[in-house]
Amino acid sequence: MRNVSKSVPKTDALPLALGKPVYTEDLADANALVVKILRSPHAFARIKQIDASKALKLEGVACVLTHNDVPDVRFTLAGQSYPEPSPYDRLVLDPIVRYVGDEVAIVAAVDEKTAVKAMKLIKVDYEVYQAVLDFEKAAGAASIIHPESDLHCNFDIGMKQMENVVSTHKTEVGDVEAVLAECAVVVEETYHTQAQAHAMMETYRAFSHLDHTGRLVVVSSTQIPFHVRRQLARALQIPASRIRVIKPRIGGGFGGKQTGVVEMFCAIVTLKTGKAAKIVYDRKETFGCTTSRHAMKLTVRLGADLEGYIRAVDIQGLSDTGAYGEHASTVFAVVGDKTLPLYNKTKAVRFYGQVVYTNKMPAGALRGYGATQGGFALESAVNKLAVVLKVDPAELRLKNLIREGETSVTGKTINSSALDRCIITGKELIGWQEKYPTRKECGAGKVRGVGMAVTMQGSGIAGIDTAAAEIRWNDDGNYTLLIGSTDMGTGSDTILAQMAAEVLDAELDSIIVHAADTDVSPYDPGSYASSTTYVTGMAVVKAAQELKQKIMEQAALHLAADAADLVWEREEIRTLRGDKRIELISLANLLVSGRGKMQLSGTATHGSPVSPPPFIAGFAEVEVDLATGKVAVVEYVSVVDCGTVINPNLARIQVEGGTVQGIGMALTEDVRYDRRGMMQTNSFMQYKIPSRKDVGEIKVAFEASHEPTGPFGAKSVGEVVINTPPPAIAHAVYNATGVWITELPILPEKVWQAVQKKQGNEE
Amino acid sequence: MQIEVIINDKAMALRVGKAEFLADALRRYGFCSVRKGCDTTCCGLCSVWIDGQPTLSCAVLAIRVDGKTVTTLEGVAAEAEAFAKVLAAEGAEQCGFCSPGFIMTVLAMKRELTAPSDEEIIHYLTGNLCRCTGYMGQLRAVKTYLGVAKDA
Repeated sequence: MRNVSKSVPKTDALPLALGKPVYTEDLADANALVVKILRSPHAFARIKQIDASKALKLEGVACVLTHNDVPDVRFTLAGQSYPEPSPYDRLVLDPIVRYVGDEVAIVAAVDEKTAVKAMKLIKVDYEVYQAVLDFEKAAGAASIIHPESDLHCNFDIGMKQMENVVSTHKTEVGDVEAVLAECAVVVEETYHTQAQAHAMMETYRAFSHLDHTGRLVVVSSTQIPFHVRRQLARALQIPASRIRVIKPRIGGGFGGKQTGVVEMFCAIVTLKTGKAAKIVYDRKETFGCTTSRHAMKLTVRLGADLEGYIRAVDIQGLSDTGAYGEHASTVFAVVGDKTLPLYNKTKAVRFYGQVVYTNKMPAGALRGYGATQGGFALESAVNKLAVVLKVDPAELRLKNLIREGETSVTGKTINSSALDRCIITGKELIGWQEKYPTRKECGAGKVRGVGMAVTMQGSGIAGIDTAAAEIRWNDDGNYTLLIGSTDMGTGSDTILAQMAAEVLDAELDSIIVHAADTDVSPYDPGSYASSTTYVTGMAVVKAAQELKQKIMEQAALHLAADAADLVWEREEIRTLRGDKRIELISLANLLVSGRGKMQLSGTATHGSPVSPPPFIAGFAEVEVDLATGKVAVVEYVSVVDCGTVINPNLARIQVEGGTVQGIGMALTEDVRYDRRGMMQTNSFMQYKIPSRKDVGEIKVAFEASHEPTGPFGAKSVGEVVINTPPPAIAHAVYNATGVWITELPILPEKVWQAVQKKQGNEE
Repeated sequence: MQIEVIINDKAMALRVGKAEFLADALRRYGFCSVRKGCDTTCCGLCSVWIDGQPTLSCAVLAIRVDGKTVTTLEGVAAEAEAFAKVLAAEGAEQCGFCSPGFIMTVLAMKRELTAPSDEEIIHYLTGNLCRCTGYMGQLRAVKTYLGVAKDA
């Protein structure tokens, strides 16, 4: 292939690297009003009275909006296809505030200094309620976090509103209890996964203005421009036809920007004042007033027979969605969706439990989306089972894993999988034969061990999300590829151009990519759920094929030849015998501006009935300092099956980046609150993402499979890569020290205490 | 108040607030390569050179550069582009939001260290966070650029 499977640099690489003004804030009107949010100091309270009169009198203040000034219609900020499965439980400003940092008033002024001054002049009188901070005590707590009568769900997600339960879920195949009772070996353990912050480098930001026809234009660093348009239409009660959402370059997203955050605040200021407005969240707001990963408690029971076949998988879960229900039921369901099919010698599987509201910052989408939480629990349990069975965990997996061509007991058919080869390659790269399970003494009280895990994800949302693409053939012979997906820096615009160029046998630089602008782009739900390569990619391939066929038809007419007798080669179309030929550039020119009167374009919409899983095998070698409990990653190996790799360099960086984000989740990243519900980790001082010194050496390899439903055989890569470090590192810590850490992150004090306790027991 | 400063080899008079940080002042004057990512001197995005030394401009009051020289990425465009091309060839610029601060630190390191080891490179660049790449691709690019990669 000429363009696909080539490591071409991203088409926008140099302007991005060289600091050109391509991001939202760079593009904002310098005279735009500065929007600031007054936030709740209480975890749970009702606003009895709010007086903004003094703030409004301050020179330079354009508006101050309270709950009395905004539409009274509930909505969700979750970026999901309509009708969203997330509950409509929000107002732009609510008289009830549900976490420290919840929005109380919107202030807009000529500059930041004035806006901050104005915020201090707003007088708010609160009736403080008893907050619910412990998610294990939220269900049925005396305080009801969402008592409102107008909360609405588009689907039955098992909500018990008066019990603080957002969603109840159960998937069960077979009789789990009966199968477990028959099993020779049963392991059971409860695991806790923490809230994790996205910590993308560009914080949340948007600006808005009214265009020459009075329409609202919102420019936002978002993964979901079409969903944002729909959210704004509902939240602000204006027709969607009056709204245009533009996504410039995005400085990282990781799912955080799959939830609407700031757009409505600047948009409502523009609607109220008629003026341009901009909002830029600082890091503290980004940590404390947006979304994080759902923290969960997961109890796993695995049953196996004496031959080492896993016969039953049972996972009971509890998920903390915080103050609002964005992605609550769907993230929770994914915990089961991406764990139950993984081992396929099972006779019975079950995943059940509930998601609860608490008075903390809401949870939302984050890379991995439930598979990360489920993967930590399931894979840790599998590693524990291997210890009980006294077998190599790699062999245990190879014996039990779902294979290409198999259908899981939950009904999921796997068309492509190279996971077995991923495990074998990973073992070689980490040196498994020499290092497992031997604990290595390194002197100075340090010990090393290795561990592993495997996980699966999906590629797009089966049967729901569809993406459209359009390719236009221009007068100069170049192509304009219009898409609505949103490159967050991963290079998705580039790989989609590679696919179009492949179909059209064109040079990559002849493909102009335009994304994303709801006025111009064809519909796309946005970039999330590992969908862009797989779903949007297929739409691009289909659109390019349609255009190619149209071009061939026109070439046949022009050459007075049979279309079936024509071949397309690089810059020309000719007959097989070569007696007639036309240069593509001439044909393009003739068609568009000459006698053709026919600019050609190809359009296609693609949705997939399946969501083929990419797979990954992860192997960790860690060094534990027994004196302090500190765990350092020496080496991490990620071996990925993402189908056909469209751009090896860009895919490799995604794997390395996701692996490091997983290492952060495993070891240091932790969203913590104090007893009053104040977030303690709202800066990079307290919330520790990995630095260069924290990640050891990361090795990446690919084991390709061919996914028949994907473009050129491709699946997805973005999310699956974050999932293995937590369980693999926990396993490596066990092999180094003999203690299982079941609660993330694996902080030094947890390791030290567990080691002390174990030694105490042994003495 | 007004300060006199040489920015990217050009003498400029800036009007800055008493409590305004250099990063904000630079952005206000159109040096858009300067980014802010943390407000707590943790992320390295706002790195510029003051009198040739890589410095976090979010933690320096603008008035303190009165009489000094400030270099942003715009002031070393050709050199930055040479490295950016190597970075892009690795696919390691990703979202690009941290790249200007990162590149300013890499170029400063090139001036300061001769044939650094991996450990020295990592140590020098530790203050520059990146959430996309996982650092490995950046390290490969730096080593290639400095000519210290094994296969370079």
